Amino acid sequence: MTRTMTVTKRRTYAAIAGGAALALTLAACGGDDGEGGGGGGGDDEPTASSIDCEAYDEFGDLEGTTVNVYTSIVEPEQQTQEDSYDPFEECTGVEVKYEGSREFEAQLLVRIQAGNAPDIAYLPQPGLLRTIVEDFDAIVPAPDATAANVDEYFSESWKDYGTVDGTFYAAPLGSNVKSYVWYSPSMFADAGYEVPQTWDEMIDLSDQIVADGQMPWCAGFGSGDATGWPGTDWIEDVVLRTAGPEVYDQWYTHEIPFNDPQIVEAFDTAGEILKNDEYVNAGLGGIDSIATTEWTAGGVPILAGQCWMHRAANFYQTQWPEGTEVGEDGDVFAFYLPTNQTDVRPVLGGGEFVGAFNDRPEVQAFQTYLSSADWANAKALTTPMGGWVSANNGLDPENLATTFDQLSAEILADPDAVIRFDASDLMPGEVGAGTFWTGMVDWVTGSSTQEVVDRIEASWP
Amino acid sequence: MDWWKYADTPLEKFGLMFLAIALFVIVMGVILVAVDRPKRVPRWLVTLGFVGPALLFITFGLVIPGVRTIYQSFFDNRSVEFIGFDNYVQAFTQDQFQIVLRNTAIWVIVVPVAATIIGLIYAVLVDRTRFEKLAKALIFIPMAISMVGASIIWKFVYEFRPDQGNIQQIGLLNQVVVWLGFEPQQFLIGQPANTFFLIAVMIWIQTGFAMTILSAAIKAIPDDIVEAARLDGLKGVQMFRFITVPSIRPALIVVLTTIAMGTLKVFDIVRTMTGGQFGTSVVANEFYTQSFRMNNIGLGAALAVILFVLVIPLVIYNVRQLRISEEIR
Repeated sequence: MTRTMTVTKRRTYAAIAGGAALALTLAACGGDDGEGGGGGGGDDEPTASSIDCEAYDEFGDLEGTTVNVYTSIVEPEQQTQEDSYDPFEECTGVEVKYEGSREFEAQLLVRIQAGNAPDIAYLPQPGLLRTIVEDFDAIVPAPDATAANVDEYFSESWKDYGTVDGTFYAAPLGSNVKSYVWYSPSMFADAGYEVPQTWDEMIDLSDQIVADGQMPWCAGFGSGDATGWPGTDWIEDVVLRTAGPEVYDQWYTHEIPFNDPQIVEAFDTAGEILKNDEYVNAGLGGIDSIATTEWTAGGVPILAGQCWMHRAANFYQTQWPEGTEVGEDGDVFAFYLPTNQTDVRPVLGGGEFVGAFNDRPEVQAFQTYLSSADWANAKALTTPMGGWVSANNGLDPENLATTFDQLSAEILADPDAVIRFDASDLMPGEVGAGTFWTGMVDWVTGSSTQEVVDRIEASWP
Repeated sequence: MDWWKYADTPLEKFGLMFLAIALFVIVMGVILVAVDRPKRVPRWLVTLGFVGPALLFITFGLVIPGVRTIYQSFFDNRSVEFIGFDNYVQAFTQDQFQIVLRNTAIWVIVVPVAATIIGLIYAVLVDRTRFEKLAKALIFIPMAISMVGASIIWKFVYEFRPDQGNIQQIGLLNQVVVWLGFEPQQFLIGQPANTFFLIAVMIWIQTGFAMTILSAAIKAIPDDIVEAARLDGLKGVQMFRFITVPSIRPALIVVLTTIAMGTLKVFDIVRTMTGGQFGTSVVANEFYTQSFRMNNIGLGAALAVILFVLVIPLVIYNVRQLRISEEIR
């Protein structure tokens, strides 16, 4: 489950400070050639602002127009988003009005029904896109220029997630890599542990840690309204590893039922870790404490030396307390959640998509900008604290802020990696944002796997 | 120039606010001026002037949405296909919703009764003592705290830290439990006790209301009745049982039903403290979840209608009792 809103809202204040500093420098740059009307982008621009403005000529003179953007991305991430639009605004004279809301998912549908849809919305789930396309007559297909960009810069599967019934609506924006296990390199080194290369090695390592008198794992599923989503990511990652990508595809498209034995097996495999009271929940309580521990706090006991491993996505990078060094030699780093498979290397991903509810030329121009390599690079440069990547292959990894983000970008660009989108985001909302979440909570608070999968299957619309 | 449609800056927002206030003043002014020059204006026009705006707002703000909700409750998730009573059948038969209805029933029974009893006993105990004002103020303070605020306070009270290593409890209740020599508990997870831990918050809030109303009613009991009873030899508990309670019966019923109505609609506490997880959801919370998070518009509407139907008899009874108690006065 991609919760950009929750991801971003707990960023450290350092990010605000960094963003503010960057905004200052950008503003300084903008002052230099803002008067010039932005033809050609300016040669003396050292920052993200150097883009080719010709791409937007086909949309005509857009000077003085406005595009409204409605998203779940709020402060402090909002600032980096807004800064990344500066080159486009300078080129075209369009004003981008940004509105972030923590109640985005519920409010977007209300606004659409009220006939008050924004020009552009960043949809964190393809499932939501499908709902909007099928139930409301409001969204408009992506313009050709956007589609051309997506064809050029994204792999086909990413385009498919923005496509409903053969019509391409929404270009990908940011992306996440979820198949990570966070750990402390220094603790591993001191204890003589090595990063496991297969699932079995990871279980052996867990047993070793138990034998050494410690608890290996910590986890937290708490996320307010959306409590349970980190659990769905766990299960999805394990389904990819125990049942494989083909079964995974059948699972979220409901070609096989949710309570299929292969899915039950994945739950039980995950349960060997999550429901093993010798493994979890270090420093946080019993197994049921997983349900009440906020996902943002789930990995923090690693820093206190209370637990050793925490499976979480790349965006967990921004959740570490201020001053935590993320790096291969730092306080924390992440390894790829290993698998016993030898033929494939599955990766669980996520991301948000740009849907448009109006086909005015300035809206289409902005959609096109967001799908371009120019935007991806501008966004990378305006995000100095890191924690952001994109599947856009025009993104220069050099521009990313941290080595960890570069690692994530490499995985996303790796042609051998079998990337699958977060299944709960692809399932119908009743399941993917409903019973699957609550099911995970029930699962760690006492319900058996069979009870949980049967209940979720029964709720499938 | 559409700042009045999309007010962005604080200046525009304040401008909009003053514009709205000015409009209100003008409309009311016109009405009042019209009333002031009688003779010419027919009576029906004056009536319309006063009642009309209210009726208009009630129609658009209450009646139309209400009717529309009832209408939607007979349609499927997306308000497209007519499915009769299926949403209601689902709400009453599925396990998940039966828990919700059961919880709502527990809330509606426990909260009014407990809050009223505690409030009544408290009112009697502090009546005409030296600390009466202070004691009343203390128990009334929670009324001044918003439900969400109260929920956050109590969430901290129930906070759990494991009994591992040198980890300290930060929740008040768990610290007390540990001092008494027991293991710390996950109060918000264990079913069905967790519902009662949430109910405690509502009682904490509502007791002050019950106490205030009942205390006023007790003071209004005519002295001659009390004296007559005392001459007849009634004392203490008997006085309470045979004089105080019967005398304030109308007030008691108003308090009970008012709290029951508030409790039926309880949403903030459940959403803030557990989000309806761990089998603690109630109808109002489930209605929100279904309507807005899961986009099950039909089912959400059906739950809202169920809530509406449950509240109606309480409202009617409450209004009647209020009238009776006013007549007595």
